[in-house]
Amino acid sequence: MATDDEIFAKLCRLIQPFNTADVKLEKNTDIAADLNIDSVSVMDFVMEVEDEFDIDIPLNILGETRTLSDLIDVVKARVKGA
Amino acid sequence: MDILEKYRPLVERHKKMLELGQNAVGLRMDDVYSPTRARIDGKEIILAGTNNYMAITFDPACIKAGQKALEDYGTGTTGSRIANGSYALHLDLEKSLAGFLNRKHSIVFSTGYQANLGSIAGLAGPRDTVYLDADSHSSIYDACALSGARLIRFKHNNADDLAKRLRRSSEDEGGRLVVLEGIYSMFGDRAPLREFVDVKHEYGFELLVDEAHSTGVLGANGRGLADEAGLESDVDFVVGTFSKSFGAIGGFAASDHELFEMLRFAARAYMFSASPSPATIATVKEAIKQLESRPELRQKLRHNSERLHHGFKSLGLELCCDVPSPIIAVRIADEPTAVVLWNRLLEAGVYVNIALPPGTPNGVCLLRCSVSAGHSEQDIDKIIALFETVVLSLPEALQD
Repeated sequence: MATDDEIFAKLCRLIQPFNTADVKLEKNTDIAADLNIDSVSVMDFVMEVEDEFDIDIPLNILGETRTLSDLIDVVKARVKGA
Repeated sequence: MDILEKYRPLVERHKKMLELGQNAVGLRMDDVYSPTRARIDGKEIILAGTNNYMAITFDPACIKAGQKALEDYGTGTTGSRIANGSYALHLDLEKSLAGFLNRKHSIVFSTGYQANLGSIAGLAGPRDTVYLDADSHSSIYDACALSGARLIRFKHNNADDLAKRLRRSSEDEGGRLVVLEGIYSMFGDRAPLREFVDVKHEYGFELLVDEAHSTGVLGANGRGLADEAGLESDVDFVVGTFSKSFGAIGGFAASDHELFEMLRFAARAYMFSASPSPATIATVKEAIKQLESRPELRQKLRHNSERLHHGFKSLGLELCCDVPSPIIAVRIADEPTAVVLWNRLLEAGVYVNIALPPGTPNGVCLLRCSVSAGHSEQDIDKIIALFETVVLSLPEALQD
């Protein structure tokens, strides 16, 4: 089972193409607000996360998923056997 | 905190647009002369961004039908069909429409937006899963959110990607609805319907196709992409609009499903909106007749689309769709350049649409044209010539 830090490292790699202002990424970074990326880009990023971990992340839960730390929790909860 | 304060960045963005010229997202047309001509800022302009595919908005028979309904039934229905009753006109239109679409049932909505809202949120509920294409129109996204269904987004026009996501979601407990569009509104590209239907046969789901931009436009009978592809029996639900090829306003959903009429008691956008006005209903009914009896409109539109597509290609413009389509989107390097070019095109005599992120896929900026059967060859050539003068004069416009 992947640790938080391992998941965080993967998320950071996946979000980098969307992080055009090259904001320094922390676990409490707000994905939309701090990185100043629009709703469509957030969904595109989440699609990459789904494929990286082979999970589904329904759009419904994105409203409650603000920070990278929130997203780590989502990934952990949805990876089989985690 | 001030409730509108969150829109401050939007104010700044809009201000920047206005510093570069006219209000590209709030243009005023003072007079509309025809489906392809209007007076803007005291000047006659060629309209190439109207979605008026069949050029039917000034059709004499449609106008006459609207006038008669206005006189016979009054200006408005003043209520919803559930609470305040239907007019015979509504039922007549639904019958004509079902005939045109070759479906057992059709339901009319007051706008195209509401047709998606009502259909998708009426069909899918919290125990169901909706799979939607990443480039879906906002009305589809909003409908999905309203439905309360589990929402899974798949890569645009990628049937393999949908299949992968269906495999991952083997535990879907309720129904599964996949939503596609016949022609996508920003890039003008079509869904590869055959590939999606193959996935449907393998995995099982119900398929809804939004033919907003393809009704009237595609297929031997003008019924849209599924008609063109010969796959109508694989499409469970069709949604469309009256605001494009039918030249009016309103929308529809149609199906052969035996329980489809239940949407009248489940689709809140239908239940709680005032029904379409008599004049609107009457013009749409006449427009259906026109679309059925004048296939030459569709041929003319195709001819015009191909002419503009190839003309733009020969200028070296970057188009967002490889095959000719009545929606022809030219990719522009960035937002300020797109705004400047849009203004210069208008000054030169042609109105097109500007499309900016997040309203566009992949964060691109577009000058988007929509072609009409009402354009003459000279109009199309003029549009090409104006793009050559205006867009090519700014070579950096095309660089990414």
